[in-house]
Amino acid sequence: MTITIHDLRKLPGSYMPGSAACPGCGATLAFRLVSRALGPNTVYIVPACCFSVIQAPYPKSAISAPLYNIAFAAAAATASGVYRAYKTVNKDVNVVVWAGDGGTVDIGIQALSGAAERKEDIIYVCYDNEAYMNTGIQRSGATPLKAWTKTTPAGKREMPKDMPMILAAHRVPYVATASVGYPFDLVNKFEKAKNIRGFKYIHILSPCPPGWDFPVEKTAEVGKLAVDTYFWPLYEIEDGKLRITVKPRKRPLKEFIRLQGRFRTITDEEIDELEKIVMEKWQFLEHLEKSERVF
Amino acid sequence: MGKEGKWEIITGNHAAAIAAKLSRVKVVPAYPITPQTTIVEYIASFIDSGQMDAEYIRVESEHSAMAAAIGASAAGVRTFTATASQGLLLMSEVLHWAAGSRLPIGMAVVNRAVGPPWNIHVDHQDTMSQRDTGWIQIYVSSNQEVLDTILMMYKVAENPDVLLPFMVCLDGFVLSHTYMPVNIPPQEEVDAFLPQYNPTHWKLDPASPITFGNLALPDEYQEMRWSMDLAMRRALDIIEDVAEEFFERFGRYHGGAVWKYKLQESDYAVVTTGTMASEAEVAVDELREEGIDVGLLKIRSFRPFPHRDISETLVDKRGVIVIDRSIAFSSGGPIGTEIRSSLYNLADRPPVVNYVTGLGGRDITYQDIMAMVKDAIGRITSRRIRRPYYWFKLKPEFERVEISEEVRL
Repeated sequence: MTITIHDLRKLPGSYMPGSAACPGCGATLAFRLVSRALGPNTVYIVPACCFSVIQAPYPKSAISAPLYNIAFAAAAATASGVYRAYKTVNKDVNVVVWAGDGGTVDIGIQALSGAAERKEDIIYVCYDNEAYMNTGIQRSGATPLKAWTKTTPAGKREMPKDMPMILAAHRVPYVATASVGYPFDLVNKFEKAKNIRGFKYIHILSPCPPGWDFPVEKTAEVGKLAVDTYFWPLYEIEDGKLRITVKPRKRPLKEFIRLQGRFRTITDEEIDELEKIVMEKWQFLEHLEKSERVF
Repeated sequence: MGKEGKWEIITGNHAAAIAAKLSRVKVVPAYPITPQTTIVEYIASFIDSGQMDAEYIRVESEHSAMAAAIGASAAGVRTFTATASQGLLLMSEVLHWAAGSRLPIGMAVVNRAVGPPWNIHVDHQDTMSQRDTGWIQIYVSSNQEVLDTILMMYKVAENPDVLLPFMVCLDGFVLSHTYMPVNIPPQEEVDAFLPQYNPTHWKLDPASPITFGNLALPDEYQEMRWSMDLAMRRALDIIEDVAEEFFERFGRYHGGAVWKYKLQESDYAVVTTGTMASEAEVAVDELREEGIDVGLLKIRSFRPFPHRDISETLVDKRGVIVIDRSIAFSSGGPIGTEIRSSLYNLADRPPVVNYVTGLGGRDITYQDIMAMVKDAIGRITSRRIRRPYYWFKLKPEFERVEISEEVRL
């Protein structure tokens, strides 16, 4: 079944009023969409990340599904334990890790890799705002080249880790990228993932107005431009077979870069360099799409 | 008493694994570390051969082992894991998380020294350093006590007045790899003693959703820590009750929070834990033969710490000798410190002589314990307790440096 806007409106989500999110929060937008696709029979395991705060402080909660907060490095292992315990009592529940990029590509990568290798039947979601935003904008292994953060005041010097491909190399049954700028592509990937047995990894680009420094009303637009400029290509890898799920008409990377204050110091020549990197990645994906199997 | 068990000659690690099986734990996250490894190997063989109905999670670290145990226990099933030394230290962060989540997870910790340098032999530095994680800590002295204590402690930990995780601490190699006769109780007797875990305080369940562990501000946090402390204190009586119930059904009693041996009416008390307590029993008998009037108080439960029992038991002694197998650098032995704290407010308190010894597997025999007791009695009777603690069994050239060190009290 493909979820359309008519379906999405009717699906009950797990996000209630009263959250402590920043205005225009991309992670929140992602959660609203994902929780509608997954439904209420879902347990969320959340390591330290923006969502530790977004869910609202005790004794309140803005999340209507069961949610367990766990230490930074531990989410994928904890979700493994939850899934295995349910298995012993024949309980079929979507066990979901809802983690930021720091908890995924940096401190949580070991537990994540272990759970993927063991083929635990869980959905691991990285909502990626490309830095440690909850602690006030410090670079992570997901921060893009040249981006300003408080620990890279002159711009980041390294390329981010290609986390979806790292997971694909674990030969898990499903890996996908998504963006809050393409909500139906996003929800349909979750609709697919929840019906696949084994380890599923979905990496959602979640624009962050304070961290990326753009106006709060432009979250969806930034998320869409990231895809349309090929900065964040949308694809899925199902049983090793890669498919680019959205093939937009290419727009200049500059349109995405110049919308954000975090790339303030970047020169036009540097944007040209980044444009080359982006096109190389896109062509690489097109090449992979023609292959029988990526891994 | 119920049906008789079956005698087998097994290691402490084998006894721990059998206890996990008899407890019908449902999820076992496992990671190898010497000298714990054979526990998780035995459990793997139980599960693979169909003797045990449980999920086995081959995790990639001890941090993940404990994190997975937390997830499984939070989902509402009985959970067990085992570790030692560096593995326990890697878990430290999530040990706090397990206790703060009020999850009655069971764990066998095979006590082993901490590096560097690498050392795989016994001391208690690993578990003692985790004393404030909110875990119940029970130290045992025999393989039978390993098995029985794991069964008992699930019952204590899952009590609605407790709901804290527990570790049963057994000395590396001295118990873990040493064969002893152990009576293995029949499964139906264990089932009657230890019913299925059925959490009523909270669990992860879409039918009854809750958010657990979200931000608690200064107005809320302190009472949560208070409630853990209250549970820990209440566990003391429950440990005793469960030990008595266990005795009625199985005919074995290893003590509650403490084990007392020839302590009534004795002039002096030696206080120690783990397998040094077994040696101390022999030392007590030998010393009494020599006319030295001494009894043994073995600390089984280091957390909760039985302050009242200790102060009431030791109040009328002429002196207390505490032997620790770990070092709180510049402060002494952790048990020595606690014993002083138990006694301090008594109007007429006995003097305490604390020894730190047996680190990294240095063998401590009953003769060593006799020597410490005699040294301590000499200091007590001649009022020469000049230091808060003494090192014992240092090599002579190090002992000379230690003696010549100025003592700053």
